Amino acid sequence: MRQDHLISATQLSRADIEAVLDRAAEIDADPSAWQGSHDGTILGLCFFEPSTRTRMSFDTAMKRLGGRTIDMGSVESSSVKKGETLADTVRVLEGYADALVLRHPSEGSAKMATEFVDVPLVNAGDGAGQHPTQTLLDLYTMRQNVGLDDVTVGIMGDLKYGRTVHSLASALTNFDTRQHFISPESLRLPRSVRYDLHESGAQVREHTGLDEVLGELDILYVTRIQRERFPDENEYLKVAGEYQISADDLAAAKDSLTVMHPLPRVDEIAPDVDDTDHAKYFQQAHNGVPVRMALLDMLLSEEGGQ
Amino acid sequence: MTDPDTDRELRVSKIRNGTVIDHLAAGQALNVLALLGIDGSGGESVSVGMNVPSDKLAKKDIVKVEDRELSQSEVDVLSVISPEATINIVREYDVIEKKRIDRPEFVDDVLSCPNRNCITNAEEPIRTRFNVLDDGLRCDYCGEIVRESEVASHLDVA
Repeated sequence: MRQDHLISATQLSRADIEAVLDRAAEIDADPSAWQGSHDGTILGLCFFEPSTRTRMSFDTAMKRLGGRTIDMGSVESSSVKKGETLADTVRVLEGYADALVLRHPSEGSAKMATEFVDVPLVNAGDGAGQHPTQTLLDLYTMRQNVGLDDVTVGIMGDLKYGRTVHSLASALTNFDTRQHFISPESLRLPRSVRYDLHESGAQVREHTGLDEVLGELDILYVTRIQRERFPDENEYLKVAGEYQISADDLAAAKDSLTVMHPLPRVDEIAPDVDDTDHAKYFQQAHNGVPVRMALLDMLLSEEGGQ
Repeated sequence: MTDPDTDRELRVSKIRNGTVIDHLAAGQALNVLALLGIDGSGGESVSVGMNVPSDKLAKKDIVKVEDRELSQSEVDVLSVISPEATINIVREYDVIEKKRIDRPEFVDDVLSCPNRNCITNAEEPIRTRFNVLDDGLRCDYCGEIVRESEVASHLDVA
């Protein structure tokens, strides 16, 4: 992967993705061999939105490679509160760190930030845009469980605003996959993502109900439908209830179905699913560390990760 | 033999020196004036024809502006809001150059992104940039797509 930054899953080729996943598998097989491989490296964590998993797994990943992290802290306690532009913030922070991880509420923020810095920058979520490192760990989890070719993937929930969905749908077009998108009408994939899928020639179908397609799926990727996306509480409750799954609902699924979720979940996956063999979302969350170690190793290595 | 097309163009007055933007898609003339920042207050001599019968298009708009040449970014946006348009440079009442406009790869700094949550709509020191697609434009930052028919309403002009 000869790239300075990771901004969008659309920039990743199949070879790029496989290189990261292969490196993650090497790290998983012998984590101690990587301890200290990036001694002295400092990673800057710039989170303009709350994050638990992404922030902590980047933190852990850098430290497991022997490096350290500096954290901008919350927006409330930073100079952003004083009205500083993002362009200025990243220009200052690049002087403190060897690479930056950025999460920001505006779409296109990571892309813009790369125009102001020379150190590698990783997009850890830009508004409703992209979340490419989540996609890499999603793909790693899929590969561990069912593989990435000749698979049927269902992606359900908030497809309009879900940045993990946008990145995943794009990345899956590099593989031999059939993609089914299940959502309420008002939360269908945005035009830009549909355009990319169409351009790539991907096999895509859209549904409003999971039962239309559940029996065909090898993977069901569930995302959260947020209350604030609906004008009133009743409409939300009515819609959200149709996109929640329980162990009973999965009786019609293949035995080998893998259920994933980027987390945090609220009530879209009932706790009784956790006890089934379908549930892989905690494994998925754990994979955030080796996959982000692999990515950081490749971005920070002088040879550009080859 | 009189060229019927020329005949029709006589419906709006000829100009001595300036630019004739012809074969505009019907309905785009006022958008072109907006794009050029022309509202009459600058004193320019401007002629506008709307829904003029045309051989090439069923109906066309035409704009004639005295003593004005288009910048490259103006031509770029013109190519997107009306790909069939032609630009005629007029000197001493004669068309001395007649050119079709080529679609550029990018359009910079003349459109605002319709995605309100796009970073280009925040107070950041950047210009907008749109990639030109076959049938519209795409924000280079957030990926938002603007169809050809929607472009005019996002012109970032005074």
